[in-house]
Amino acid sequence: MMIISDNAKKQIDVWVAKYPAGRQSSAVMEALKIVQAENENLLTPEAISEVADYLKMPKIAAAEVATFYENYNHKPAGKHVIRFCHNISCMLNGADDLIDYLEQKHDVKVGEVTKDGRFSIKKVECLGACVGAPMLQIDDIYHENLTEKKLDEILYNLR
Amino acid sequence: MNEVCFKNLNKENCWSLAVYEASGGYKIWRKILQGKLTPEQIIDELKASGLRGRGGAGFPTGLKWSFMPRKSDQQKYVVCNSDEGEPGTCKDRDILRFNPHAVIEGMAIGGFVMNASVGYNYIRGEFMEPFNRFEAALKEAYSAGLLGKNISNSNINFDLFSHLGAGAYICGEETALLESLEGKKGQPRFKPPFPANVGLFGQPTTINNTESFASVPEILQKGGKWFADLGVENSGGCKLFSVTGHINKPANFEVPMGLAFKDLLEMAGGLRPGRKLKAVIPGGSSTPLLTAKAAMAMNMDYDSIEAAGSMLGAGSVIIMDDSTCMVKTLTRLAHFYYDESCGQCTPCREGTGWLYRVLRRIMDGQGKPEDIDLLLGVQGKIMGNTICALGDAAAIPVESFIRLFRKEFEYYIEHGESMVKI
Ligand SMILES: Cc1cc2nc3c(=O)[nH]c(=O)nc-3n(C[C@H](O)[C@H](O)[C@H](O)COP(=O)(O)O)c2cc1C
Ligand code: SF4
Ligand code: FES
Repeated sequence: MMIISDNAKKQIDVWVAKYPAGRQSSAVMEALKIVQAENENLLTPEAISEVADYLKMPKIAAAEVATFYENYNHKPAGKHVIRFCHNISCMLNGADDLIDYLEQKHDVKVGEVTKDGRFSIKKVECLGACVGAPMLQIDDIYHENLTEKKLDEILYNLR
Repeated sequence: MNEVCFKNLNKENCWSLAVYEASGGYKIWRKILQGKLTPEQIIDELKASGLRGRGGAGFPTGLKWSFMPRKSDQQKYVVCNSDEGEPGTCKDRDILRFNPHAVIEGMAIGGFVMNASVGYNYIRGEFMEPFNRFEAALKEAYSAGLLGKNISNSNINFDLFSHLGAGAYICGEETALLESLEGKKGQPRFKPPFPANVGLFGQPTTINNTESFASVPEILQKGGKWFADLGVENSGGCKLFSVTGHINKPANFEVPMGLAFKDLLEMAGGLRPGRKLKAVIPGGSSTPLLTAKAAMAMNMDYDSIEAAGSMLGAGSVIIMDDSTCMVKTLTRLAHFYYDESCGQCTPCREGTGWLYRVLRRIMDGQGKPEDIDLLLGVQGKIMGNTICALGDAAAIPVESFIRLFRKEFEYYIEHGESMVKI
């Protein structure tokens, strides 16, 4: 079965065009993300291997990239991935308590998916928005200066 | 305040080409395209400006640019490091969001000076908003005929692309960044050879931080001396400081180098009611911790912070008040370095694991009296024994936290709980 859709191929080609001829493997990081996004946020070994074929690179090289970087999901993730920063500036501003609050309120632990599959939580390192601590990222969006109330609102609006 | 990278911060649509050009943007680039500026003149101005790399190491930018073999006919590259990930650092994100054209112009000027016709901006994978802003700015610059091949019949070529990371702090290290740009794991390379000789795709490459590039156009417009005079001896110009942690109004401030730390503290709204300053990390999590007393006496420039016992680093000022448990804070940092070690060097891979596990067991009430010496021993074995500076960065906090707050560690080990009762 083909995992990479024509639409995904088009998107990957935009990245390939940025690099010199023969250097298409520079696009592997984005290609993996594009394919992951099309497959319910999950990057399977088959998908990795198809990306490698598409970019004419060794499968093992694509697999190394897929496991080295943090942004790929090798286990089923929620429809949305909540990435909660727990590094120093966020920690000093109460990130740990907010993560506990989130876990309790939605009966889900860091690293797990909610029962309805709506979201999963990851603790991540500094996201470069420390002036907005505590903060988290959902999909591509940053939410800063979090409070319990703000967290509730964000999650209420998450479909 | 806000004279260089943040010059247009308060204007509506400050990220647009129109606003950038209205305040003199692309003037220098157009002058270059008209053949009215030489690479030598630009390097001289940059040297006179005292601009030092804003990515953390503080290497003089003019000097770095002069190292490129500009006369060789190999393909050369300029690369911008927008992988911002040093805990406490969040300035490049704002430069990309609010002044992307300064990065583009700075990189184009760099390309001309170093005779590099292609540039890449490596943006961390999570920065989608900054990435979109940068992409939109690139589009504007291409449509305005400011980038591309034989730009305005000048015989100058400069193509600029953005690249996205995928979540790995180590890719901020310049040679790891190059590996990553080549579509590989981000593992730092041995140096030498240096990137100026063997860089991206094996070709001569110069890597600079976002803030370094973004500062260049304004420096060239107003002159190296103007910039140097904003700051102090050995620390020319102004610099973005990210003030975060236990502070009333955390924010990025672009202020002259040499500003008193206590003034910066005040600009950021001071401490929270009833709280006292306990300690400060002045330059990002990889720089040594300072006591309140040392911090209150220092100024925000390279030499003064060094004299106080730390480093200016990326200008990421982390404020800790008296509610901070030093054991918990260090454990958090140790976990970060353990997580982010690329695993190539044994002292870093194993050492960061040891540091974290020992601190973890202290936090869990299982600490032993000899653990403090064990931590110091392990950090000493990492320091200076690794391929890249992440190893040192992991060791530095351990040494400084224990040296300054040893009692808190001893108390935690003895009582199984923190000495700090909030
Ligand atoms: C572990 C590690 C992480 C780094 N992260 C960054 C970073 O996120 N951004 C950055 O500009 N420089 C970072 N650096 C420094 C770069 O290696 C390099 O010195 C810098 O990009 C050069 O640009 P500059 O001369 O303009 O400062 C890091 C270095 C190390 C060792
Ligand atoms: S010091 Fe650590 S991060 Fe740097 S190359 Fe060695 S193992 Fe990798
Ligand atoms: S520490 Fe949380 S964004 Fe930097």
